[in-house]
Amino acid sequence: MLIPHPLLGLRDAQEFTYLGDANLINRPDPNAPNAEAMFCDYVFLRDNPAGVHRELWYHEQGDRSWLVVTRNTVTHEILGAELASDVALAHREGSK
Amino acid sequence: MKFSGFKVIKEALTGHKGWTPLWRDPEPQSDYDIVIVGGGGHGLATAFYLAKSFGQARIAVLEKGWLGSGNIGRNTTIIRSNYLLPGNEPFYEFSMKLWENLEQETNFNSMVSQRGIINLIHTDAQRDAYRRRGNAMRFAGADSVLLSREELREKVPFLNYDNARFPIKGGLMQPRAGTARHDGVAWGYARGADMRGVDIIQNCEVTGFKIERGKVLGVETSRGFIGAKKVGVAVAGSSSRVMSMAGMRLPIESHVLQAFVSEGLKPTIPGVITFGAGHFYISQSDKGGLVFGGDIDGYNSYAQRGNLPVIEDVLEGGMALMPMIGRARLLRGWGGVMDMSMDGSPIIDRTDIEGLYFNGGWCYGGFKATPASGYAFAHLLATDRPHDTAKAYRLDRFAKGYVIDERGAGAQPNLH
Repeated sequence: MLIPHPLLGLRDAQEFTYLGDANLINRPDPNAPNAEAMFCDYVFLRDNPAGVHRELWYHEQGDRSWLVVTRNTVTHEILGAELASDVALAHREGSK
Repeated sequence: MKFSGFKVIKEALTGHKGWTPLWRDPEPQSDYDIVIVGGGGHGLATAFYLAKSFGQARIAVLEKGWLGSGNIGRNTTIIRSNYLLPGNEPFYEFSMKLWENLEQETNFNSMVSQRGIINLIHTDAQRDAYRRRGNAMRFAGADSVLLSREELREKVPFLNYDNARFPIKGGLMQPRAGTARHDGVAWGYARGADMRGVDIIQNCEVTGFKIERGKVLGVETSRGFIGAKKVGVAVAGSSSRVMSMAGMRLPIESHVLQAFVSEGLKPTIPGVITFGAGHFYISQSDKGGLVFGGDIDGYNSYAQRGNLPVIEDVLEGGMALMPMIGRARLLRGWGGVMDMSMDGSPIIDRTDIEGLYFNGGWCYGGFKATPASGYAFAHLLATDRPHDTAKAYRLDRFAKGYVIDERGAGAQPNLH
């Protein structure tokens, strides 16, 4: 698999390590009244879709950036990649 | 039709005209007492034990493809009970005891072959860890032998003992472990269940659950609605997909695991051998092919095929361990989709929906568990209580903090 890194172009997926669902960016508020239940969901439960999946990849053998890669889990086709920091910033702007 | 030595000789002399199909191909009825979703090893074993050991009738097994087309036909056929933790080891030892009697119980040759498994030791710390594991196994009634380097060399002289990075210093052996013919296991359970009146319905994909007021009433399928008092889901690999139709999210990711077989060779490898430094395990099938595998690819996948980097990694592990296999040609490689659970251990439990039961999260260790998984799931479905050896496999153990983290890798499915 080749991952289209937004800064470095097409890179071999072997250079990356995989973490999982991109929703892991959205850490729950530890001060929320239901924080325990929300963290249980956050740590353990996954949507695990068959089809398009947004997921976190870390460019460990490269520029050490975190990417959000959009990939089809049935065909392994990679549909796009963004810097995870951009995704996290956009999410923070969106939640303001 | 009953299999026996006499029958084999009789058929050989009369032109093999008396063999009949091993199971019926029935039309689905409008409703059943118990519907099992998933006609793989675990689903078929569940139906078999429900009918045989728990006296249940009116059971159907629904399979979306053909019988045994999933992971029961894709694994590396290893059976063993060499676990460490008290939540796991008694269950796998129960499974081992069922394996030892499987062929008598099903009257079908599943080619259970107890040739032993050896986990190799490469460091002093690993020897300590394996000694502890061996003792834990004995506490649960299993067998284990700690082999010195010299004892090991007598059994398997062909390993690379003096590898500069990972010298081999001994091994933990379970003599009663071994392999079984994976398809034969599915066929044996299917035939045994069918003989006891279970309807095995192939090409029947579940497309939804009918749930009213928190109670399951049946399943929608590609062949129409089928009513059921109880529904047991045993579809490891597709668990998240199926259970999402009941509105559930699971502590599971689906990952692809690859396996490989070489060309047929003369008897070379006596049992199962696992590399303790990398992730590589190998055995030799009765046909002569070397059957081996290693790590999962490590990213979510439903593709039933993997990528080249992991193939290279597995083969490098093999070459480091036994350089002689470099002369053998690789015949085939394939992939299966695993339910990777968040602690590396399975789930056999009720759900919050009345009448809906779940069996899954087997990671890449489901094959060896097939008999005990079926028995424990049948026990749960028939009595509404967990089997003694499967009490720890609760769905709520993640929320409650009772995870069974055999590998000590934490909530990280792609590391188990």
